[in-house]
Amino acid sequence: MKYSVFPGCSLEKGALGYPYWQSMEVVLKPLGIELVEVDDWNCCGATEYIALNRMAAYALIARTLALAAKTDGLREMVAPCSACYLNLAKTDTYLAQDAALAEKVNGALAAGGLHYKPGAVRTRHLLDVIVNDVGYTPIEAKVTKPLTGLRIAPYYGCLFGRPKLDGVVDDPEYPVALDKLMQALGAEVVDYPMKAHCCGGHMTQISEASAFEMIRRLVKGAADYKADLIVTVCPMCQMNLDGFQSAMNRYFKTDYHIPVLYFTQMMGLAFGESARALGIGAEIVDARPALARIGVEVPPSEETPPAAKPRRPKEALPMPAMPGREEV
Amino acid sequence: MHQTVSNGAPKTFLDQVIAATPGQSHLEMCIQCGTCGGSCPSGPDMDSTPRNLFAMIRAGMKERVLRSNAPWFCVSCYYCMVRCPQDIHVTDVMYTLKRMSVKSKLYDESTAPDFSKTFIFWVENFGRSFELGLMSQHMIRHNPFGVFKIADMGVGMVTKGRISFTPKRIKGMDSLRAILDKAKEIEAEDDAKIMGGAG
Ligand code: SF4
Ligand code: SF4
Ligand code: SF4
Ligand code: SF4
Repeated sequence: MKYSVFPGCSLEKGALGYPYWQSMEVVLKPLGIELVEVDDWNCCGATEYIALNRMAAYALIARTLALAAKTDGLREMVAPCSACYLNLAKTDTYLAQDAALAEKVNGALAAGGLHYKPGAVRTRHLLDVIVNDVGYTPIEAKVTKPLTGLRIAPYYGCLFGRPKLDGVVDDPEYPVALDKLMQALGAEVVDYPMKAHCCGGHMTQISEASAFEMIRRLVKGAADYKADLIVTVCPMCQMNLDGFQSAMNRYFKTDYHIPVLYFTQMMGLAFGESARALGIGAEIVDARPALARIGVEVPPSEETPPAAKPRRPKEALPMPAMPGREEV
Repeated sequence: MHQTVSNGAPKTFLDQVIAATPGQSHLEMCIQCGTCGGSCPSGPDMDSTPRNLFAMIRAGMKERVLRSNAPWFCVSCYYCMVRCPQDIHVTDVMYTLKRMSVKSKLYDESTAPDFSKTFIFWVENFGRSFELGLMSQHMIRHNPFGVFKIADMGVGMVTKGRISFTPKRIKGMDSLRAILDKAKEIEAEDDAKIMGGAG
């Protein structure tokens, strides 16, 4: 099986979600899935571009779709990030439904020598491809180290199943694909009531109180169900739940420590891959105690704080220093 | 397309919102059932629920709608959209209201528009973004929180080797910029038609 792939900014090397990419590459190989990266793809604009510019936001995404349509004649493109997936799939859907919009967007693309025919490329979430094109049984057959005894809260977030676009296969409010996948790996899956609730997206940038409350509900939900860890399908969700968990604890004077890993990392562990090969150890909330329960040892991260002067390529923009750090 | 007057310009605020929303928003079909607001995780923060906003849109209360904080608290979770019995594209309408409030300079002191601008700056100059870099840039500019410090997360992530501060620039930056410039031109023409020159 061969697809084009849109990594998205969050999964690039050096970005927060890179462990997701690493573990994805490790687990797709034995499943016989080959991915061809769309050449020179651009950022999908997240939820921000559309907030200020409607046509530019659509044209931005359409450029990537047009490039995807030229990728080895492949008609299906995989997006591992839920937000990227939704942006690409929804734009394609709206372009197909709204001919006037498609004409204007193509008017813009023409300025860059491109054209996109709505419907030419179907974007699919990585989880969808794994559970529906590969299927649970072949995955189960690859399990050599079942995750027996590990309690997992499967977290889908919003955009895996919502809005309900054509071709969306799981329930928008009570999805089960990830539950079944984790069960196929031998894990004990808790019936996590928050599984399709929102992590707040970019709310951390807008309102502290709202953002932390959304994160708190999700983490508390997992803790109430005595989950050892939360498993995610989206780098933004991972960052919100993992990276902001300690700040949220401080805000509410709570003391939660629920590690947050990617579903591909769990697949890799069950396939017998090493934690390091799967990028495990980069998460902020320590996953070691949880993984010790299934006999997985995570090597201490060899990256101690970077040297005082990390090199930055010339083309990088000047970065403001972060509080408490003189130079970044 | 929704009904328009003979010169092609949408006549009411409702028509304008519909015309400025990509896809088929079905906004004119709202039956005021309140399912959207009841489903909204940001409901408690909003000064008006989506249902409320839509009633005000219909009543032509443009300024009040565009001053509402509700669109800025929308986290794009799409719960409202999958639950709305009328298939109204609530989330897309929220984006439209954000754009309209920025263009008419009616938004309040929310830091959201600036966050969007910072984000767009990266996209328009690199073709790529990267969350933490832009978050720290945004936080330092606004220092919006008392308790929260990006350093809490940022330093942890740097020391864990998780982040770089260098987005890659795409090869086709010139062509992307030409596309975006043209798109903005088309949008400006469109807006002039939708708003009938009234903003
Ligand atoms: S969702 Fe985030 S990571 Fe994915 S491409 Fe869009 S902006 Fe970049
Ligand atoms: S859960 Fe969070 S990151 Fe994931 S899709 Fe919803 S808002 Fe986006
Ligand atoms: S759920 Fe739909 S119909 Fe009901 S109030 Fe909201 S937008 Fe209107
Ligand atoms: S998409 Fe926005 S308005 Fe709709 S429920 Fe989610 S936060 Fe509320």
